[in-house]
Amino acid sequence: MLRFFLSTIYILSFALLGLAQHDHNHDHGHDHGDHSHAEEGGHGHGAVICGEQAHHEFNAGDNAIHHIADANVYSIGPLQIPLPVILYAPDRGWDFFMASKFHADLIGHGDGHVAYNGYVLDGGSVKRVTGAGFPDGEVNISGIIHKKVEVDGKDKEVAFVCYKEQLYPTDSKSTADGGLFGGGITSFYDFSITKNVTSMAIVLLFLSWLFLSVAKACKRNEGKAPTGLQNFMEPFVSFIQDEVAVPFIGDKAPKFLPFLLAIFFFILGLNLFGQIPFFGGSNVTGNLGVTMVLAIIAFIITNINGNADYWKHLFFAPGTPWFVKLILVPVELLGLFVKPITLMLRLFANITAGHMVILIFVSFIFIFGRSGESVPGAIGGAVGSGLLTLFMMAIELVVAFVQAFVFTILTASYIGAATEEHDHHGEHAH
Amino acid sequence: MVGSIAAIGMGLAVIGAAIGIGWIGSSAMESIARQPEAVGDIRSNMILMAAFIEGAALIALILSFLVAGV
Repeated sequence: MLRFFLSTIYILSFALLGLAQHDHNHDHGHDHGDHSHAEEGGHGHGAVICGEQAHHEFNAGDNAIHHIADANVYSIGPLQIPLPVILYAPDRGWDFFMASKFHADLIGHGDGHVAYNGYVLDGGSVKRVTGAGFPDGEVNISGIIHKKVEVDGKDKEVAFVCYKEQLYPTDSKSTADGGLFGGGITSFYDFSITKNVTSMAIVLLFLSWLFLSVAKACKRNEGKAPTGLQNFMEPFVSFIQDEVAVPFIGDKAPKFLPFLLAIFFFILGLNLFGQIPFFGGSNVTGNLGVTMVLAIIAFIITNINGNADYWKHLFFAPGTPWFVKLILVPVELLGLFVKPITLMLRLFANITAGHMVILIFVSFIFIFGRSGESVPGAIGGAVGSGLLTLFMMAIELVVAFVQAFVFTILTASYIGAATEEHDHHGEHAH
Repeated sequence: MVGSIAAIGMGLAVIGAAIGIGWIGSSAMESIARQPEAVGDIRSNMILMAAFIEGAALIALILSFLVAGV
């Protein structure tokens, strides 16, 4: 009975979301016509900025990418909490301030109404105005619109700031993807305490508290049966020890166990934290930078612990004829770098894909509701999307555990391969 | 045009990975049915192998992204 009641409430709340979305739109069309919400699906009706219609066709893919991106505000539900901003531009030096300087609505989409030192807040992330003649200091802007423009022969979406009835183009922050995901080095670097950094700090504090208290309980209950939290955590720890560390690394397992446990619980904690709906919506393990650092740490630990045998097999492939060596050595060397790259991509792709699927299911509300025009469609979409999202989140829970486990087990197998003592009796026999 | 070809390549890579992972899963199920006491070993090796295949598919995916120039 309770279960039935709860699921009804869940579906109803999604249906209400469909209704709310209609009202929301209505509001924007009439009362707040001067704000741009072009980056958010289904909010663009009627807003005219700098003589241009800020209308934006709802695009589920763009919407999903916007919501899994890192941001300079921390969002809890519709609340947008400003975070510290640390920016560096080669031509103007460092800038430290709070994101509240942008005067974005506390309940809104993280669009700043004020430009500060040539920086604006667009959909929660800081952008820099690049057009000449834009004033320094705090200036009121009338809005931000997004337009597709051609840059180096490619269509790219660029945000334009409207200030005194004139449009100024903006730059996004620099990214290290080398243009792979539409980023690259731009005119400024963002070192801010972003949403992802905040989430990481929260998870690290929680994990520290958890493990310190479990460790204390372990000491207190020595020789006795574990209780409470300790009882809950022990299976995880012994699972990593008995199923991952010992089978793959062998005798040296105790040396690497702390590292494997740290990496497992860090990834698991962040995966699960990213699953909490409406609380931050942070996508930390689905951020290429985070997974890259994790993979680099695994790569360094594997290679500094590699023994002579490991390096010999890497560069000389002993026991094979020379023409096989010609093929084998380049392949082995390639494999050396492919391993951390796949570690990085696997975690990133799995978590990002899961979040994107959920966001696209939520987009059904807007697609079936035709951006607020059709209320029955929105309600139908909301119920359907509620059920599909529930299903997807259940799968995501499993994925959170599996991906943390896979990262750990692969790291363990790489370390195991690098530290393994080879048995050379077979080679000496002939 | 290049984007569409990249999308087809992406699909082919995913089909390959899906066949591979399906095969691993089916063999793992068979092995577990034959030897239920080895379920722990089989499961962790199954996940490991699936992760390797996934790695190959992911490289293909990223290469398709590169070619398409997203």
